Amino acid sequence: MKATGSQILFRALEEEGVDVIFGYPGGAVIGIYDELFRQKVRHILVRHEQGAIHAADGYARASGKVGVCLVTSGPGATNTVTGIANAYLDSIPVVIFTGQVSTNLIGSDAFQEVDITGITRPCTKHNFLVRNVADLKRIVHESFMIARSGRPGPVLVDLPKDVMQAETEDEEFPFNAAPPVERPLDQEVIAKAVEMIASARMPLIFSGGGVVYGNASEELRELAGVMGAPVTSSLMGLGAFPASDPLWLGMPGMHGTWAANTALVHCDLLLGIGVRFDDRVTSRVSAFAQNARIIHIDIDAASIDKIVRADLPIVAPSKNALSAIIAGLKATGYAPSDAVHDWRKQTILWKITHPLGYEKSGAIKPQYVVEKLYELSSGKAIVATEVGQNQMWGAQFYKYDEPNCFISSGGLGTMGFGFPAAIGAQAACPDRLVIDIAGDGSIQMNIQELGTAVQNKLPVKIAILNNSSLGMVRQWQEMFYQKRYSHTILDENPDFLKIAEAYGATGLRANKTSEVEEVIKKAFSTEGVVVMEFMVDPEESVYPFVKPGAPLCEMDLGPMADQAKKAA
Amino acid sequence: MESQKNVLSILVNNKLDVLARISGTFSARNVNIESISANTTMDPERTRIIITAMGDNAAMEKIVKQIARLVDVIEARNLAGIMAVTREMVLVRLDWSKRENRREIEMLAERKGWKILSADERNCILEITGENGLLMEEVMGLHRFGLEDFTRTGVVAIEKGL
Ligand SMILES: Cc1ncc(C[n+]2csc(CCOP(=O)(O)OP(=O)(O)O)c2C)c(N)n1
Repeated sequence: MKATGSQILFRALEEEGVDVIFGYPGGAVIGIYDELFRQKVRHILVRHEQGAIHAADGYARASGKVGVCLVTSGPGATNTVTGIANAYLDSIPVVIFTGQVSTNLIGSDAFQEVDITGITRPCTKHNFLVRNVADLKRIVHESFMIARSGRPGPVLVDLPKDVMQAETEDEEFPFNAAPPVERPLDQEVIAKAVEMIASARMPLIFSGGGVVYGNASEELRELAGVMGAPVTSSLMGLGAFPASDPLWLGMPGMHGTWAANTALVHCDLLLGIGVRFDDRVTSRVSAFAQNARIIHIDIDAASIDKIVRADLPIVAPSKNALSAIIAGLKATGYAPSDAVHDWRKQTILWKITHPLGYEKSGAIKPQYVVEKLYELSSGKAIVATEVGQNQMWGAQFYKYDEPNCFISSGGLGTMGFGFPAAIGAQAACPDRLVIDIAGDGSIQMNIQELGTAVQNKLPVKIAILNNSSLGMVRQWQEMFYQKRYSHTILDENPDFLKIAEAYGATGLRANKTSEVEEVIKKAFSTEGVVVMEFMVDPEESVYPFVKPGAPLCEMDLGPMADQAKKAA
Repeated sequence: MESQKNVLSILVNNKLDVLARISGTFSARNVNIESISANTTMDPERTRIIITAMGDNAAMEKIVKQIARLVDVIEARNLAGIMAVTREMVLVRLDWSKRENRREIEMLAERKGWKILSADERNCILEITGENGLLMEEVMGLHRFGLEDFTRTGVVAIEKGL
């Protein structure tokens, strides 16, 4: 049967099981949108293309499926670049379809022409410019396969207007777009890992996004149980291991817990799983896990030895590697030694003597708001964050017990990510409570997406921790720049409640600590999109704090220092 | 760490932008490509790209891994320290107007296995192949015959069979 490029595109998307597209129309894709008019697939119209790519990203993080966005050529395409880089750094599978001028015009600086495959080459896993309609179906399927296989990532497909209008036979697609064959696990390496674990006295598990997105949370939980070893996770890995488990030490790194950072200093075996040893975690690399032998499991060979030298690298999907190690430990009759028991008790003691905390005073404390969000949602929400202090408090004070529930821009640190990502997560999980923990700065970077959320009935609850400043930068200025608050004070913020109302959402504000609970309860019981604004203490800083480049043992505990002293 | 000469041999699918992706990997790591040569292989759908670059072991290891994970790259290896033969070619233009030089150049070419590709009243063009370092010494030695210009190919390399 003859079909146009546009029809073939939607057929291929259907075959890939795509149920939502986040997009924005324009001249180069008007034909595709005309075909979309006749199609069943859900399309969510955003208000800015950055919103589309972040929503596709959030959808992917919450659902584990590939997120899809569709935008026009030129400015539509360039508006997605930040979001593409964001997905690339966090290894999130998304496919971006961009319109392009007709093939005969490519290279002529035509109206709304940009070389988007050139622009995105360093921040996509791969990209394609479709030059011939006969290649379209294959390329669409390949793009999904590439996005989701191996180390996932964004794939961009550039669609010239004439290619999408051209007709061809829509034949059955020969599925030669099979994922690359996985190399079988090296049993010798697994045996070596088992041996290293068995001889360790102070083992520590450090898991990351590769466990969440590699679908290996169950294996991680089982392994920790078998090893009797404490667990810490990077920001990207939160939720893969339950924060309510006694073996959980919290997040390590610059704003990590005392227990996690201290365990990293002392452990004699570090089992890194699907982590890339970001500098926000390692701080001074030469002092990182100095006493430990390191086993590093990663699906991407390029991650191994990139920052930290691994004594035993295992290049494999985390799920397979963990299953094999568990089987190996069981087969050799492994049971945690007395030394391991003592070590675990020691780490629990660190947790008790040095918990995360904050000083309670008159003003609303942002940490308190996050604690209340946790309590009143029974820990069952999907939480997206913006970037800055709000992100760190969202990571520290909401306890994540399940994977795919904490959605945050780890690698790129993109302000304005959280809200559209929450919209995407809500589209993926319509029955879940989805919260965006925001700062008053970040929320203004994509606040126009209130229109998207309201129109598409995606009842995201936004919690703005309003400190009238770009808090995280302000905190650094306080600590390192003698309180010269250069352009970080937002004392002319708009009235967020009026903005919410203008978009047809509900706005609620808490000025005092005593009002926090009521506002949250009301927000959770209100149908539709809600903007909560908490007027928090503008002077509050994130602790613990390890200065960039300092060893992890040099933690500034801030107001928790006194408490810790007493406990000790 | 010490910088050393590396010869990367990269087998790729013969696609439009694969070279741009590979060269981007070098610039992103702040490593300069010294020479590059690329052409199709026995399988016309595939191209072999040989790149030489200076860099320390750690940097090169990262670059090779990052290139290897590109979608259209089939294989990437660093031939430094592997049994391989490398060659590079130079085309040289010399002054051919002085009769006394002609005889000497012809004898030199004969002895060294160079080829005189063209010669007219004013200049001649020589083809010289050899191993990278030595080759340039030879070329520089031609100054005494009025070396006017030269152009070099990238390095080509092939591993010795087993
Ligand atoms: C797009 C972008 N621009 C700038 C920054 C640098 N930056 C990091 S945190 C931050 C402040 C964020 O302020 P706000 O959203 O109010 O959050 P807070 O830290 O106060 O919780 C800034 C400007 C960034 N991460 N992203």
